[in-house]
Amino acid sequence: MSTATTLIDKMVDRWGRRLVIGTPYLYLILVFSIPFFVVLKLSVSTSNDGIRFEDLTTFNDWVFNLTASFQKYRFLLQDDLYLNTYGSSLKFATINTLICLFIGYPFAYFMARSPVSMRPVLLMLVSLPFWTSYLLRVYAWRGLLDDSGTVNSLLIWLGAIDEPIKMMHTAFSMTVGMVYTYLPFMILPLYANLVKMDGRLIEAANDLGAGPMRAFWLVTVPLSKNGIIAGSMLVFIPSVGEYVIPELLGGPETLMIGRVLWDEFFANNDWAMASAVAVTMVILILFPLALFNKYQTAAVGRGTA
Amino acid sequence: MAANLATTAHKSFVRIDRLTKRFGDVAAVDNVSLDIEQGEIFALLGSSGCGKSTLLRMLAGFETPSEGNISLEGESVIGMPPHQRPMNMMFQSYALFPHLTVWENIAFGLKRDGMPRAQIAARVEEMLNMVQLKRYAKRKPHQLSGGQQQRVALARCLAKQPKLLLLDEPLGALDRKLREQTQFELVSIIKSVGVTCVLVTHDQEEAMTMADRIAVMSEGRFIQVGKPHEIYETPNSRFVADFIGKVNLFDGVLAIDEPDHCAIDTPEGRFYVAHGITGTIGMDVSVALRPEKIGLQTEAPTDTSSNAFRGTVVDSGYYGSFSVYRVELAGGRKIQVAITHAERHVELYRRGDALWVTCSAQSLVVLIS
Repeated sequence: MSTATTLIDKMVDRWGRRLVIGTPYLYLILVFSIPFFVVLKLSVSTSNDGIRFEDLTTFNDWVFNLTASFQKYRFLLQDDLYLNTYGSSLKFATINTLICLFIGYPFAYFMARSPVSMRPVLLMLVSLPFWTSYLLRVYAWRGLLDDSGTVNSLLIWLGAIDEPIKMMHTAFSMTVGMVYTYLPFMILPLYANLVKMDGRLIEAANDLGAGPMRAFWLVTVPLSKNGIIAGSMLVFIPSVGEYVIPELLGGPETLMIGRVLWDEFFANNDWAMASAVAVTMVILILFPLALFNKYQTAAVGRGTA
Repeated sequence: MAANLATTAHKSFVRIDRLTKRFGDVAAVDNVSLDIEQGEIFALLGSSGCGKSTLLRMLAGFETPSEGNISLEGESVIGMPPHQRPMNMMFQSYALFPHLTVWENIAFGLKRDGMPRAQIAARVEEMLNMVQLKRYAKRKPHQLSGGQQQRVALARCLAKQPKLLLLDEPLGALDRKLREQTQFELVSIIKSVGVTCVLVTHDQEEAMTMADRIAVMSEGRFIQVGKPHEIYETPNSRFVADFIGKVNLFDGVLAIDEPDHCAIDTPEGRFYVAHGITGTIGMDVSVALRPEKIGLQTEAPTDTSSNAFRGTVVDSGYYGSFSVYRVELAGGRKIQVAITHAERHVELYRRGDALWVTCSAQSLVVLIS
């Protein structure tokens, strides 16, 4: 009787555990791995009209054939357009990440040092923009930055300028939009990190002769390294592939890879090329970051971070 | 030069003068004055919220006093930020920098002083030898045991050769067994360096064993300041008698008051005490009697110079080196008695045993406040 119950308990225990661990994996397989392999397959397939593809694998007379074409990848490497766009995507994502860090760090620091009773209010203010649609908020910037927009009208009315300053469809307007959109993703992980920091460590640094600035650079910043990394990843990775903001606020000089992808898919109807662009982006950007992340986790495990 | 040294040694090294710290309406430290001599280990003892930590933080410069002055070697340190004060603090639970190695932790303060590299290395080496952690120089704090972390913290404080060492609950994070060993080590290191030291603790044993002098604090004030044995044997108030060690307190009225002796009438009987109090006859006082200063015997005492009362054993506990009894006196009052086992064969009393409780006039203290 009791052995039977324990056996059932064990079964429940074992399968329950598998279910709990398995669910996120299943989710990742469904929404990440499968679509990625579909895209990967498309990128090496051949097609006449760009949309209907020939089978990659054939199975005739007990002979298994795999036909993969790397022609799109070769084209991608030969055409300057793609490489330049990757470069410009990385550049704007880096600029965006750095600006978010410089604005977000003091913000998060201030939040973490504010009285406990104030913190929920400040946290709510940071996440308040999420309450309205992202698209609407990006559109709102057009209203602000247009030649006849609020900022220019105000400046002209004040007499500071005679002609409207060209802000829309420039690198400036796009960067403003990107920083505005991604700032909360920098602030929140930094705040979570900084709020846990033991204030006595700063006092210890002061006590040992480090002034407030020194203590900040020697203790606060190194100890918030994980928050800086987490926030920068959360901003950098989606920034690279950002499509909506460059499309709505950017101009000709802010060509980004998301735009190229869109054009290949919907304007050129070249799905294989679009897929090759997407796969290359994943390899170029995500693999180094994943490796870095893995190194970072290992370093934390060894206690050297 | 020698004359100069002599005068500074005579003048108080640290002077705390009518110091007050208010948080809102509450005075955490309330008009406190104190002189600390050079080379002294001074303990601030009190339960949590008594103001001892606030006082220590004012010394370190983390809190600004509302009123009063703190001076070191005759010069006020008020307004001087923590990083410029020639004093170093060992924080409760140590506050070692988790991202730096043991070596880097100890070197941290030296680097801030702009000491040349070679000199830093030599000084860190010296500190590591002193706390016997040379082998652990490259470890991170979390790879060390609690006792080792404590020694790193001490080395980090002493590396800068502070004029004043501040210790915040230095043994608080250690388990009981390690504490006893560590407190002697800590004192011997502090004494060998010769640094003046102020420590804060809520643990009376820690204060008594480590400090040269103790200030017992309550509600932001000093209740009594003195050497450990003075505070234990001559408490100045019911609060101190009760706070330090165990005590039996008897409330009564003053019956006789002469320069060299007095007598107190209590519900348990008359106590003869071997000191006078210059009070008025009939005033309310208390008699304090420590458990270990009481004798138990089955025969009626013949020596009339001692105080003696009848009693019955209610509870007994055998601790090996001593026994603790709870004895009910004739009036129904229960007192605690501790009997040291000086020999292997001692008489152990049992519950219900009727016996005599004795204490000499010298063992009693009369408390007025």
